[in-house]
Amino acid sequence: MTALTRRTLLVGGALLVGIGLPREPKAASLPGGLAQAPRIDAWIRIGEDGAVTVLTGKAELGQGIKTALIQVAAEELGMAPAALRLLTADTELTPDEGYTAGSHSMQDSATAIRHAAAAARALLVAAAGRRLGLPPDSLRVESGAVVGPDGRRLALSEIAGAVELDAPVPDNVALRDPAAYTIVGRPLPRVDIPAKVAGGAAYVQDIRAPGMVHARIVRPPRPGARLVDLDADAVASRPGVIRVHRDGDVLAVLAEREYAAVTAMRALARVAVWQGGTPVPEPDALFADLAGRPAKRTIIHEAGAGTPLPPGRRITARYRRRYQMHGAIGPSCAVAEFDGSRLTVWSHAQGMFPLRKALAEMLSLPEEQVRCIHVEGSGCYGHNGADDAAGDAALLARALPGRPVRVQYTREQEHLWEPYGGAMLTEASAVLGPDGRIADWDYAVRSPTHLTRPPGAGQLLSARMLATPFPAPPPKALPQPEGGGDRNAIPLYRLPRARVAHDFVADMPLRVSALRSLGAYMNVFSIESFLDELAETAGADPVAFRLAHLDDPRARAVVEAAAERFGWGRPLQRGRGAGFAFARYKNLAAYCAVAVEVEVARESGQVRLVRAQAAVDAGQVVNPHGIRDQIEGGIIQAMSWSLFEAVAHDAEGPTSRDWSTYPIARFPDIPEHIAVHLIDRSGHPFLGAGEVAQGPTAAALANAIRHAAGVRLRELPMRPELVKAAIGV
Amino acid sequence: MPTLTVNGRTQAVAAEPETPLLYVLRDEWGLNGAKFGCGLGQCGACTVEVEGRAILSCLTPIGVLEGRPVTTVEGLGSPENPGPLQAAFIAENAAQCGYCIAGMIMRAHALLRSVPHPSEAEIRAALRFNLCRCGTHMRILAAVRRAAGLEPPTTGATP
Amino acid sequence: MGRRRITVWLGGLLVLAAAGFAVAAWRPALAPGSPTPAETAPEQVRKGAILASLGYCASCHTAEGGRPYAGGRGVTTPFGTIAATNITPDPETGIGRYTLDAFTRAMRQGVDREGRHLYPAFPYTHYAGLTDADVAALYAFVMTREPVRAEAKANALPFPLSWRPLLAGWKLLFVRDLKIPADPRRDAEWHRGAYLAEALSHCGACHTPRNLLGAEVRSRAYAGGEVDGWWAPPLDRSSPAPLAWDKESLARYLAEWDPQAGGAAGPMRPVVDAHRTVPAGEIRALAAYTATLYGPGPAGSRTGPVDRAIPGDDPALARGAATYAGACAVCHESGGGAAGGVPYTTPSLGHRTTLRAPDPRNLILVLRDGIAPREHAPGPIMPAYGAMLTPAQMTDLAAYLRARFSPDGPWPGLDETVRDLMRDAPRPGAHAEAGR
Ligand code: FES
Ligand code: FES
Repeated sequence: MTALTRRTLLVGGALLVGIGLPREPKAASLPGGLAQAPRIDAWIRIGEDGAVTVLTGKAELGQGIKTALIQVAAEELGMAPAALRLLTADTELTPDEGYTAGSHSMQDSATAIRHAAAAARALLVAAAGRRLGLPPDSLRVESGAVVGPDGRRLALSEIAGAVELDAPVPDNVALRDPAAYTIVGRPLPRVDIPAKVAGGAAYVQDIRAPGMVHARIVRPPRPGARLVDLDADAVASRPGVIRVHRDGDVLAVLAEREYAAVTAMRALARVAVWQGGTPVPEPDALFADLAGRPAKRTIIHEAGAGTPLPPGRRITARYRRRYQMHGAIGPSCAVAEFDGSRLTVWSHAQGMFPLRKALAEMLSLPEEQVRCIHVEGSGCYGHNGADDAAGDAALLARALPGRPVRVQYTREQEHLWEPYGGAMLTEASAVLGPDGRIADWDYAVRSPTHLTRPPGAGQLLSARMLATPFPAPPPKALPQPEGGGDRNAIPLYRLPRARVAHDFVADMPLRVSALRSLGAYMNVFSIESFLDELAETAGADPVAFRLAHLDDPRARAVVEAAAERFGWGRPLQRGRGAGFAFARYKNLAAYCAVAVEVEVARESGQVRLVRAQAAVDAGQVVNPHGIRDQIEGGIIQAMSWSLFEAVAHDAEGPTSRDWSTYPIARFPDIPEHIAVHLIDRSGHPFLGAGEVAQGPTAAALANAIRHAAGVRLRELPMRPELVKAAIGV
Repeated sequence: MPTLTVNGRTQAVAAEPETPLLYVLRDEWGLNGAKFGCGLGQCGACTVEVEGRAILSCLTPIGVLEGRPVTTVEGLGSPENPGPLQAAFIAENAAQCGYCIAGMIMRAHALLRSVPHPSEAEIRAALRFNLCRCGTHMRILAAVRRAAGLEPPTTGATP
Repeated sequence: MGRRRITVWLGGLLVLAAAGFAVAAWRPALAPGSPTPAETAPEQVRKGAILASLGYCASCHTAEGGRPYAGGRGVTTPFGTIAATNITPDPETGIGRYTLDAFTRAMRQGVDREGRHLYPAFPYTHYAGLTDADVAALYAFVMTREPVRAEAKANALPFPLSWRPLLAGWKLLFVRDLKIPADPRRDAEWHRGAYLAEALSHCGACHTPRNLLGAEVRSRAYAGGEVDGWWAPPLDRSSPAPLAWDKESLARYLAEWDPQAGGAAGPMRPVVDAHRTVPAGEIRALAAYTATLYGPGPAGSRTGPVDRAIPGDDPALARGAATYAGACAVCHESGGGAAGGVPYTTPSLGHRTTLRAPDPRNLILVLRDGIAPREHAPGPIMPAYGAMLTPAQMTDLAAYLRARFSPDGPWPGLDETVRDLMRDAPRPGAHAEAGR
């Protein structure tokens, strides 16, 4: 192992060397991530020095899971959180938990860690009990020791050898009573923040290894263009430049120092001649183009087909959404090192194991010879450029064996080449029965894929551009119940007759993939806007109308709590309006209701979010501040998406190349007040909450604009021009 | 060879005068605080202080910094021993991914230096050239208010 | 203002005062009233909205962060600051009691309903050329805005300028019938543009030099002027622009950005912003007309973009070069936005008129304050260099840019201008403001 490997393992939080982790057979009945990795030591390890390490196959993406997972482990182990070290996704050390996505970290990883930690604790106290001759229930685990009622202590280092963590988590492992929790449910301060506010090494961007070289990529000016001419001699002979690397249309420069790489990249861009490109429909034709593309229809929900259709008024509405981007503040980065046979990659991608597969395939290496280690990057809101950067670093490391290679994208490359959240169309149609309730419901969502992540070498941008290219695998629709484009397309409301269809469009003009909450953003926007349209037609209050169609008591509870705390129904200032929306993410994760107050400037069409009140039920709360921060952040990000953001493009491709061409929310746009009310369901399973605010925020904004200005916006983003056009003069 | 004074330490730097400060801080001095976000002066992730004023290190050639002291977020305190503004950010959980935060802190630091008790509008105006994508804005505002000794933040969870 | 200038100016004032009294400055108040429904028919309002954008009404009559058209912005003139009034239909503090006649008199003659003379910061000398139909449409538009109760701020003018009857004399001297150019060889679009540029959009208010009494010098129309401390470049043959403006490039510039020549900064930015809500045809008309102001063929001084080799032996230029390389080149040598470089850049700074200006003010102001991002819309962003560079460094950079990207000699008094401007606080909305 090189100096770099050891060093970065320390960045990861623990020095654990060479523990191979055999792939576990699938055991579907086990809770959370145990299904994939049922052994205790997949999740909890105790070193010979007694140090306890918690392992997760998930990654810290800025959502605060490091803190929450430590809390869960500390609670079950009975140890202080500060005594635990946490190791996140690493193909050599941690369980394979696929991607960190879909708000699964708490559901999967925390559940597994909770059970494994409880099992580890049971083994520890049993071993200590045997040694001390005391019954296990009389012992408690403290930082570094097991302590008896008489004060006798056995250091963990003394008993670690006697404990076999290389064992499956027993089915009947005794978990702590949630009523007695002292760590879970408390606002433990984020463990990673002190380093982040003081310049500690916290990100993949911060890795500086001995002998490391800096690489920069030169991309075509537009997707699909080919490199037809290149005279790179002058660039290659610049001082500090190690070499110019070209393979097909993949072009890069490697240099000893970073700024030399930057200036060489600029020089290289000037001498590269590109031709051609994949045409894109003009922005005005975007939706017509999407509507006209071939699609595969799946009926994902059908209810009450036999019941006769009652008389009533049918209402129909269509909604649309433009391409939007992740736009992390830090562009993607990766470090890779190839020693001639083994490749090690440090990456902030969402899935180290899928990434390993893709890299192994691209480089024709056996998977065992590739190791991928997660190190944090700038905020990750889905499939951004991180995998591509890892692919580039791997290609260049192979070209320069023995030296770690650091690749960092430019702002323009990140904006132009990340996979976007796809344009979508929905159509909702419903009959309001004579009782003022929904009697019939028809809904269709037309969407491209929301998943083009690895595995599959062809999912890596550069792999598609090599002299011997790997074609992009055919896009897939993600199946229900989680869904992709059809995520949250099935309402949680009581609908006596309903049909929901997913029209999957395989071919899209721009590269698309997962963006936080996938199709749920658009489906919840559509459904919750439409619900307000129905309520209006029925002459009903929007909150009352929702409650009249909701049976799930937990759903009702968040709706009622948000409305009450917001002061729903209270009169507002002139020019302002209130809007409400609700969803349960994926219909199986957290519940969230959002009420907002907006101000609409009639002259300009500008919408300002004045305040927001959310109510959230994420099951057992692990860290209330963690959930609050995810909801606050989700509301602000979804506000920015919904009011300002669309990828601009012309017939040649995207033209949103930086923040001047892709404006997002800035501080003056930030609401005066956001409050998050948490309904703690102590003892209930953890429910992921990281993406639940996106859809409800969008719909609540649209509903509030309707209330404030009398106009109904059915297109995302609801930019000032659209609002103004709807208002008229 | 230009000489730089960073966080009170003065040292000659083996780099051309046109080299942007950001690369020198990160690669030569091993300071992680200032981040590369855009390199175009659009996001503020690279904000540091020169003579008490906020500047963008990604576009500041070191040649203009002779004899002009630079402060980075490392100069305000350490993870173990955070300065008042950093402590306020920790207390308010004012980071999600945290990538923007060092820039936010430096911008706020420069503001509080010239306006020790800013109004809410002044804080927002000062921070408006710094982008955050995680939506940590409410926390950041709360942290700056806390550091400035303004009224306790009114937002938050109500479990 | 120099001593000699003040003397001339005071002398002029005396003449004015005499003249003012002689013609009886008095104007009658007009009876209060309110618009009839016919006067505010929806199609009138729609038409008026576009005209109001092209007249840039909001850019003066809306305060920063204030309610639209409720006044409050101070318009700086060499004589003092004139506060723009509330033109919402609020009866007490706005123009709610204006009949169409009163509104027309204000627009064309600069006399408010009560009979007071208005300062010519309000461009009635141009609005005098508006058609009755357009004045009526503008009336329909403003009278249907949301009424806002907002008292106008007081003007900051020294006596005797604060004494309004003087303005009658000023008008006598300087208000002439506005003649809209007509040329039988030109098409309808050009004539539309002429009408817009001369009357409604009042281009000359900034781009025509003013005399000592603040009146536009008609004989030197479009020879370049001054606004808010910025140089307003000439729109005639004396334009130093490196590239000949034509209808197409002007239309792009006026709508947002021209990939070769660039886009607006300073006081021209609100003008371009206002065009976002204007039909493309109107912008093209403006461009068609203004393109002809430059005269046929390339102007005499025009050399095309330059990028001169800079001798390495001048230490000041070498310092400027290093600053340029680290601070400017990343964007401005990216090849230009149209060629896949950084958006909102031109192929080189040699394409920019600013570097050929007779004085360095515009360059220094834009360097000092940058270009703040447009709110919620795409648009150029430039960081401010006011905190990053010392005055001496700013001078070196400006001198280098001038030497490299313009065919003209060094700016006289550059260091003095830099020192003066860097002493000032940045303007509101400046990129630099934070952290000063
Ligand atoms: S990195 Fe310097 S402003 Fe974005
Ligand atoms: S905390 Fe992630 S960008 Fe601000």
